[in-house]
Amino acid sequence: MDGAGFGPGWRNTPYRWDQGTMTEEIRRILRENARLSTDVDSLTDDADLYQAGMTSHASVNVMLALEDAFDVEFPDSMLKRSVFESIAAIEAAVGELQGSVAA
Amino acid sequence: MSIAVDRDQAFLESIRRIAEEFAAPNAADVDKNARFPHEAVEAMREERALSAFVPSEFGGAGVSFETIAAACFELGRRCGASAMVFAMHQIQVASIVRHLDGSPWFEDYLRRLSDEQRLIASATSEVGTGGDMGKSVAAVTPGADGLCNFEKQCPTVSYGQHADDLLTTVRRAPDAEPGDQVLVLTRRDQMEMEPTGTWDPLGMRGTCSPGCVVRATFPTEQILFVPFSTIAPQTMVPVSHITWSHLWLGIATDAFDRARAFVRAAAKRNPGGEPPPAAHRLSHVMSELSLLRAEVDSALREFVKASEEPGRESLTTMRSALRFNNLKIAASEQAPRVCQGAMGVTGIVGFKNDTPFSVGRHLRDTMSACLMIANERIHQTNAGLLLIAKEV
Repeated sequence: MDGAGFGPGWRNTPYRWDQGTMTEEIRRILRENARLSTDVDSLTDDADLYQAGMTSHASVNVMLALEDAFDVEFPDSMLKRSVFESIAAIEAAVGELQGSVAA
Repeated sequence: MSIAVDRDQAFLESIRRIAEEFAAPNAADVDKNARFPHEAVEAMREERALSAFVPSEFGGAGVSFETIAAACFELGRRCGASAMVFAMHQIQVASIVRHLDGSPWFEDYLRRLSDEQRLIASATSEVGTGGDMGKSVAAVTPGADGLCNFEKQCPTVSYGQHADDLLTTVRRAPDAEPGDQVLVLTRRDQMEMEPTGTWDPLGMRGTCSPGCVVRATFPTEQILFVPFSTIAPQTMVPVSHITWSHLWLGIATDAFDRARAFVRAAAKRNPGGEPPPAAHRLSHVMSELSLLRAEVDSALREFVKASEEPGRESLTTMRSALRFNNLKIAASEQAPRVCQGAMGVTGIVGFKNDTPFSVGRHLRDTMSACLMIANERIHQTNAGLLLIAKEV
């Protein structure tokens, strides 16, 4: 595997994203995959993505892109609506997975 | 505990009696004339079966969900349409009971349902959504005098003309996204239901499910506060798939029983001989039936276990969605397979509609199973979920 096509933070070793970069990366992924009816930049970190028009089909693409960009795998217990309902919730989930990698 | 078990057993006994005395004798007429199973539903009211799942604090019997599922099976063995009306009603009751969230209006409504044995129908499908229950066109719209209204074009509303109340999915507001849905409970005197079609289907004829346009006016308290996106995965979808599959199992079991009775009758005519060739076919049907029963039983157990967890969080996972979608697909394909196998055993005697071994109605009724939320739509959903789910 090389890094081509992966997110800007892709590394061979687990990489700790700082919060600002991670939020930006999540927003990029949402912009490309979530098919929101609202502009992603106009959403606050706590805004409900489903109310902003993310369908369950689009949310699967968001999850795939997140796994790819952050080099994580969401376990089945995390694959539920509430984990992906806002930028803040996604950030917490990715952070939790990366924390468990680093530990 | 033993009081709860006694209560569940007593309820199931009363359902078996309704099935024998009211559903079975009218099943052929209900089917032939595509008419509502009045006798069985009246008997359910007499036995207070319509409030069976309502907790006792709101005037119901508070029976377990396993007992409701078992009741669907028992009714299914005698009349598929009666069982489906019972199942559909219980799905609406369960959606309210499990997601009341302390609403005084809905608590009062459950007391009234128990007192008056009100029958609830459901309007979840809609013209223009491509069969996706998770989307609505119709929306809660503010109207005069602080009341709200909606108008919904429904391609089918099962027993809509015979129900007292209707539980409908609509968008939260006129500017809400298609997936931002709520459930609204409206009484008959708050609605106009204009039929838009006829009802002469292949099977499940007694459910009387032509399309209609629903226009309703109601106060905002009649909207369940919990979003439909929570109610659907935690209750409405798994409860639908479990109650339906139990009644399909009931229909298939009766088809098998009739095939077995046919084989026994043949064997008695030829005592002391080898088992007749039909007995071999019966053995094949039995193994198909046991696969169906195993899938239905295990899904029920998993749902009950997940429902006991605080917050029912595991029911909201994709793994859970796949699990109960798979139940629907598997059971809806397996039930008609069993019925067709039974017809293979009975031959022309089962093919005819007026013999003790007739299984035509069973086959036709179970053929509706793959259409009640089209299996292809469910496969489409699963295909997406499988891209990301890990252990299924």
